[in-house]
Amino acid sequence: MKRPTTFDVLQERGISRRDFLGFCALAATWMGLGPQGGAAIAHALETKPRIPVLWLHGLECTCCSESFLRSSHPQASDIVTSLVSLDYDDTIMAAAGDQAEAIVEEIIRDYRGSYILAVEGNIPLANDGMACIVGGRPFKHQFDDAARHAKAIIAWGTCASSGCVQAAKPNPTQATPVHKLIKNVPVINVPGCPPIAEVMTGVIAYILTYDRLPELDNQLRPKMFYSQRVHDKCYRRAHFDAGQFVERWDDEGARQGWCLYKMGCRGPTTYNACASMGWNDGVSFPIKSGHGCIGCSEEGFWDRGPFYERLPDMQQWGIESNADKVALAGAAALGAAIAVQSAATVVKRVVTGKAYDKDSDDSPTS
Amino acid sequence: MANGFVPYHRMPEHKLVPSVRVYGPGVRLWHWANATMVIVLCITGYFIGVPPPSILGDASSSYVMGWIRFLHLAAGYLFALLSVYRLWLVFTERGIAHHLYLPAIWRKAWSDGFFRQIRWNLLLDGPVRYVGLNPLANVAMFFMFLLPGLAVIITGFAMYAEVVGHDSWQYFWFGWVTHIFGNTLDLHIIHRLAMWVMVWFMMAHIYIAVREDILSRQTVISTMLSGERQFRD
Ligand code: HEM
Ligand code: SF4
Repeated sequence: MKRPTTFDVLQERGISRRDFLGFCALAATWMGLGPQGGAAIAHALETKPRIPVLWLHGLECTCCSESFLRSSHPQASDIVTSLVSLDYDDTIMAAAGDQAEAIVEEIIRDYRGSYILAVEGNIPLANDGMACIVGGRPFKHQFDDAARHAKAIIAWGTCASSGCVQAAKPNPTQATPVHKLIKNVPVINVPGCPPIAEVMTGVIAYILTYDRLPELDNQLRPKMFYSQRVHDKCYRRAHFDAGQFVERWDDEGARQGWCLYKMGCRGPTTYNACASMGWNDGVSFPIKSGHGCIGCSEEGFWDRGPFYERLPDMQQWGIESNADKVALAGAAALGAAIAVQSAATVVKRVVTGKAYDKDSDDSPTS
Repeated sequence: MANGFVPYHRMPEHKLVPSVRVYGPGVRLWHWANATMVIVLCITGYFIGVPPPSILGDASSSYVMGWIRFLHLAAGYLFALLSVYRLWLVFTERGIAHHLYLPAIWRKAWSDGFFRQIRWNLLLDGPVRYVGLNPLANVAMFFMFLLPGLAVIITGFAMYAEVVGHDSWQYFWFGWVTHIFGNTLDLHIIHRLAMWVMVWFMMAHIYIAVREDILSRQTVISTMLSGERQFRD
């Protein structure tokens, strides 16, 4: 039997060629592929057999799925859900129980070494993985089975990429990101809580089109979406450079739309495409809505609060402590030591008439 | 100044001793240029993290953070270049130039000097006359200037790589730092803490330099200008 192409599947679902080409052009634009990109994607989706994408859910909140299903372009949502085989996706599949679990085994068996595994959420290792049970057994087992024979693994969201809130210190369930458990299969991290919908579809479309992973940085993120900071593309950057900051949520600067740096904006240390692609069909993104970036696509962002202050807490030095407060305490201690020594020197001089006794005879013997 | 490397050693207690040339022109120049850069870097760096009150008016008419950051990055480059220059001076000017990098803890003369400085600073004993870097100051310099200095250079260029992008040479050479921490916010915090350690150092350094100049039995501040260490009885 000839394996169907993505386009075949789309036609079955009643999607017109016009919408299909529209989607391809959009996807090419998100990826920055240039004028030929749309045609390349269309050609690939029309001719190459559809690669099944198995979508598993570990320890997560499903915000990645929510984001993905809300891919901006209205017609696109159908296309997008057709790109991945949603035969198995706990959240939205029709099947249930043993029947559903059997689908995973079928895909692994029939497409050994040629399916893409998409993982939303991470894998808790503590207590034999009891913190996340899927189909009656620890998620770890399902994940291991599916990962072993995958062609590549997409780690959706910050959970799968670096842990996210369920891995917050002290990480009681030992929630572990995907790439730390995988050795022989290529992993691509698509961080964000959730990732931008167009980034997610862009990544899938790229893999399906070119039959390879996009170029990754040293944190395994696709360079085309994660090589610039939010700060680099932020429309409030002019206010940053000018030195105009919101100082309180109700001040004039907040009304004027000044830079949110002093309100704890993490844009300067956050790699994501929010400031250029926007969310919800480009309508807005956190900073545009007047709230600083919390750095949700960065490793460890959950342990670097408070989000409304520029300098994160340093709890090891006490709650409410930060770099500057620690420094001030140190400087005060040092200042006190200096004052005590100076005072003692003066007192000694007044009492004995000299600062020290230089007649102690311990000359070096040379 | 002697031609080779001069180890730390004490001078006779009571005799009149001629002055000794301990610093060549390079080290002296480095010291004051470095001090200037560190002060510029501390002030601008402080404001990068905690910016001054906002400027009113149109954004296009001011560039306050822009200039602060420019000054910081330019001074940062100079600080890094000066550090390389200082290392080079160890081999060209010799004398006691290597003490900064290598407190001679394994040598008896040095450790005696170290404990003697502690006793002197606790006012339990008098000061001594010596050639070399004050051993106590040497330890302070190592932990409160040299190591944080290295930390600010490494994290500084790693943050610079964030600014100029992942195709830059800065990223090529310092990208691994980002990789260790994952979140580049950590680089800012380490950089900032290292600054505060250097500020502590400056407090102690200037105070002790003045104190020693007044109370000890040799010149300290003028030595960094003339290169000559003069001894008093
Ligand atoms: C005495 C040496 C230095 C001191 C005291 C110092 C201090 C600081 C401080 C306090 C910050 C702000 C950190 C924060 O809260 O975000 C900063 C930022 C920075 N420093 Fe330094 N620094 C020094 C040397 C350097 C060097 C050698 C470089 C390398 C060129 C450098 C590059 C940077 C960069 C790129 C930033 C971030 C600027 C930004 O966020 O736009 N610094 N520095
Ligand atoms: S609002 Fe945030 S991202 Fe935008 S310029 Fe200010 S600090 Fe940078």
